Amino acid sequence: MRTESVGRFAVAGLIGLMLIAGGATVRPAAQTRAAAPAKAAPNQPATFGIGRPATAAEIAAWDIDVGPDGVGLPSGHGTSADGAPIYAARCASCHGKTGKEGPNDALVGRLPGDAFPFARDARTPKTIGSYWPYATTVFDYIRRAMPPDAPGTLKDDEVYALVAYLLTLNDLVPADAVIDATSLPKVKMPAREHFVPDTRGTNKPPVKPK
Amino acid sequence: MKVSRRDLLAGAAGVVALGASAAAQAPSDTTKTRGKPSRALGQRSGAEKPQRQPRGATSSGTPHQDLYGTITPSDLHFERHHGGVPEIDPNSYSLLIHGMVERPMMFSLADLKRFPAVSRIHFLECSGNFGGRTANVELTPQQIAGLTSTSEWTGVRLATLFKEVGASPKATWFLAEGQDAAVLTRSVPIAKAYDDALIAYGQNGEAIRPEQGYPARLFLPGWEGNANVKWLRRIELSDRPFMTREETSKYTDPMADGTARMFSFLMDARSLITYPAYPVTLTPGWVEINGIAWTGSGKIVRVDVSTDGGKTWTAAKLQEPVLSKAHTRFRHLWNWKGSEAVIKSRAVDETGYVQPTKDAVIALRGISSVGYHTNPITGWRIRSDGTVVYAAEPWS
Repeated sequence: MRTESVGRFAVAGLIGLMLIAGGATVRPAAQTRAAAPAKAAPNQPATFGIGRPATAAEIAAWDIDVGPDGVGLPSGHGTSADGAPIYAARCASCHGKTGKEGPNDALVGRLPGDAFPFARDARTPKTIGSYWPYATTVFDYIRRAMPPDAPGTLKDDEVYALVAYLLTLNDLVPADAVIDATSLPKVKMPAREHFVPDTRGTNKPPVKPK
Repeated sequence: MKVSRRDLLAGAAGVVALGASAAAQAPSDTTKTRGKPSRALGQRSGAEKPQRQPRGATSSGTPHQDLYGTITPSDLHFERHHGGVPEIDPNSYSLLIHGMVERPMMFSLADLKRFPAVSRIHFLECSGNFGGRTANVELTPQQIAGLTSTSEWTGVRLATLFKEVGASPKATWFLAEGQDAAVLTRSVPIAKAYDDALIAYGQNGEAIRPEQGYPARLFLPGWEGNANVKWLRRIELSDRPFMTREETSKYTDPMADGTARMFSFLMDARSLITYPAYPVTLTPGWVEINGIAWTGSGKIVRVDVSTDGGKTWTAAKLQEPVLSKAHTRFRHLWNWKGSEAVIKSRAVDETGYVQPTKDAVIALRGISSVGYHTNPITGWRIRSDGTVVYAAEPWS
């Protein structure tokens, strides 16, 4: 039984299900006699031999994802000082001069005591500092999809610099921090402890991290 | 074919005339005038003008109020994209499958079509498909729930492809990545691949439309639209999720208890009366109330209809065949006597899940949980003059 069900209606639902199951067995009065198939259908082979091996170069060209453990982060590095002018030139027109003004998603802002009021107040923006659970995601997303007028064109060092700048504005790293493949996965994100797996459709209760 | 300027002008004039008034142009007695000749591509009657309704540049909804049955015409299937709709050359298209596999492989579109195929009728719904939170009563079914549609999808089972590449039994997740300007990525539990996931290239008997992922997309029956990655170019098998932007900062659900639900793929049961609905006007007499119900958990087993604002409920008739994870049409006869009434519908699925009230959604999810997976019971107010408006229950 699903945990989100409203109890009294769930019982009614089961009764409805039983009624339908009970009334579903209707057979035709007479069945046409069919000739037996001449041969059994072949079993599915272990493999079909369709497609071709992917080369290492082909995989490297597309495999740009970065995991929460930092796997996939490229060499290179950046600092907040490096990132500030890139942000002003490439990001500020959509995200605001300080990352808070919009018109698109607010990126910057912590809440007092790192509160998590999003279920009761939709006006609280979900910023990197207040809502994003993994710092690695910032690198992955900027590199693959930003800026919208030229997605995927920033160099790795530019992406590292932008990440450093945004983490600094969110008070997540010191202003002089060097962000690279080693330091980025270690950045502690305040919102992370709030995220739990969805347990709908299972009997497991949600697990709230300690 | 040579087309003269005169032909073009005449054609343009014809289109304008048709758009202005198809009825006015039609002969008064069609039995006395020979009809049009056969043509290479069919078109709707000029009198029928169903339209998707764009919300900004990144989505448009299905006009449920204009449709019958359960299949959504492909050109009216909702769209939602994060980097625009790419134009992909099917001849240069490739799908890469790599990561925790024995044989990383590339598949062309022709390759995908050579594998054994399956066709299945399923709904697809954006998890952000609730537009009924406001006090505005002049809302159509399209505005309230336009981001769900049903098609027959044809493609190769992802399980077949995973066998072809020798997927590791230790892989627990896979990343799906699109070829759009967002290079959109989502992590999906591998069990879904072995359950019912498809790489789909067909929609309602023809190639998938560009807005739905041409030439091939991931299709995860019953799961939120965003995870059904369109314009699919890469799948990477792994032993942990990738924590992409969409599955962390976006498609997660803050809960009333102070947590936020992640990987909330399942689309819960929901129903919507599509007739009568704003902006129709009723006259007293018999009305067949009807609408659509759907659930990501399997089949709809019952839809209850209330004509007294939710005080009492009656089970509606379900149009057969009732298919798993597909829109199901329900119908309920009602003799409207001409006094004000509120009609509502409530879906029940095969797991026993019952579509919740607005208050039940808020109790679990919080007042601001309008973003994703919001599926409250909704209804329509029939005023005594016959006008029908949305029975708004403002979330404030």
